[in-house]
Amino acid sequence: MAETLLKVAGLQAWYGESHILHGVDFEIRRGELVTLLGRNGAGKTTTLRSIMGILGKRTGSIAFEGRETIGMTSDHIARLGIAYCPEERGIFSSLNVDENLRLPPVVKPGGLSIEEIYKLFPNLLERRHSQGTKLSGGEQQMLAIGRILRTGANLLLLDEPTEGLAPVIVQRIGEIIRQLKSRGFTILLVEQNFHFAATVADRHYVMEDGRVIDTVASSDVQQSIGKLQSYLGV
Amino acid sequence: MFELLGIPPQALFGQLLLGLINGAFYAMLSLGLAVIFGMLNVINFTHGAQYMMGAFAAWLLLGILDVPFWASLVLAPIIVGLFGIVLEKLLLKRIYHLDHLYGFLLTFGLALVIEGLFQWKWGSSGAPYPNPIPGGFNLGFMFLPTYRGFVVVAALVICLATWYGIERTKLGAYLRAATENPTLVRAFGINVPRLITLTYGLGVALAALAGVLAAPIQQVSALMGVNLVLVVFAVVVIGGMGSIMGSIVTGFGLGLVEGLTKVFYPPASNTVIFVVMALVLLIKPAGLFGQTK
Repeated sequence: MAETLLKVAGLQAWYGESHILHGVDFEIRRGELVTLLGRNGAGKTTTLRSIMGILGKRTGSIAFEGRETIGMTSDHIARLGIAYCPEERGIFSSLNVDENLRLPPVVKPGGLSIEEIYKLFPNLLERRHSQGTKLSGGEQQMLAIGRILRTGANLLLLDEPTEGLAPVIVQRIGEIIRQLKSRGFTILLVEQNFHFAATVADRHYVMEDGRVIDTVASSDVQQSIGKLQSYLGV
Repeated sequence: MFELLGIPPQALFGQLLLGLINGAFYAMLSLGLAVIFGMLNVINFTHGAQYMMGAFAAWLLLGILDVPFWASLVLAPIIVGLFGIVLEKLLLKRIYHLDHLYGFLLTFGLALVIEGLFQWKWGSSGAPYPNPIPGGFNLGFMFLPTYRGFVVVAALVICLATWYGIERTKLGAYLRAATENPTLVRAFGINVPRLITLTYGLGVALAALAGVLAAPIQQVSALMGVNLVLVVFAVVVIGGMGSIMGSIVTGFGLGLVEGLTKVFYPPASNTVIFVVMALVLLIKPAGLFGQTK
């Protein structure tokens, strides 16, 4: 079994006065693709933001490759090799596609080259001189994923990459995520779309009210489908 | 044509040159303000005082250490820029999360303190700074002092270099991105607080550089930035808050407008920029080059 890459234990987090996470525990091994499932407001996005260090107040433990990161600033955490693709995609309107793609600095060797990224997303190559926010939703999502592949980060945090996209684009993003996994990236995926998540993940953590309440391995999804549907309210 | 309007060409071109020189200073100063506002969201009312500090630094370097003008052109902006960095680290960074009004009060107060201290130490009558390139050219229709020509060219080069640095380089891309979404840029591994500090230092250094260039033209005095900074704010508003190209074009353009007004209707020359500002705000509230957020 591969070593543990990320271990989250007793993680609590606050947005201002609101207490959002009440002790989140889970772990990801190197090379795994793990999802956080749960209804709106369960704390999935907050968990990703806490791992990335972009929340006001956090307590508990987040260990990446054995190093405690709970007291670090987000730029420091990113430089350890964690990359974040936010739900709102965060494409910069004052930068063109190519500048957006080259913006995140390389933090470790082993990332994809610009050529490899354009090969993965040929649409972006055609539109590399366009303003980032002039792209379609699907292209913006590809740009948001593409730009974190260059950095050499080995843990990718993807927040709802399929949200609001047409089925054919969702399918394409699924293929890309599988390709990334086969290239050795470790991925933590937040998804509302369980059917999408079920096709790509090794394991699912189910969150509710700021805690992880259950774990379902991909091989057990069929047997647990009733339970999962009740968790997710679908 | 000039005869028809009753204006000799010497007067017209002389005022146009003056306008161009004033415009060069407006452009350099509003550029620094735009860079600072874009990144820090603070309207830096200390800018005029920092311009004055640049001129004083050059004057003191010459008077005490015998440092020539050309060396001061590099040294004074570095010294004043470092002062800006200390100011940012000690004071400004504490107010970023507050309303604009606090930034205004803090930087305005700082300007009063700095100008007061300089006035107390060196008086307000002003001291001359020797012209580093005396002489000039007779262009036939007017006489062009070499140093003034140099100032216009230098200002253009400085403005275009700053524009290039922000719009065409990697560091500039970090700046633009951090202006839009500092949290995400930081989560990519970029030390945004340091970027902010350096941006302020750079903006202040630009003001100081303008101050050094102004020293041989104007008297070096504690209050030399006070009136200028008002006009420069109008330039920034007309150009569009935070717009780099807007600052450059508007700076030079308004200098010329002011020069022309001096030729055709001198009494309006002090107010014409503010009239233009009012008109622009009525028609295009975000400024000529500004984007509505």
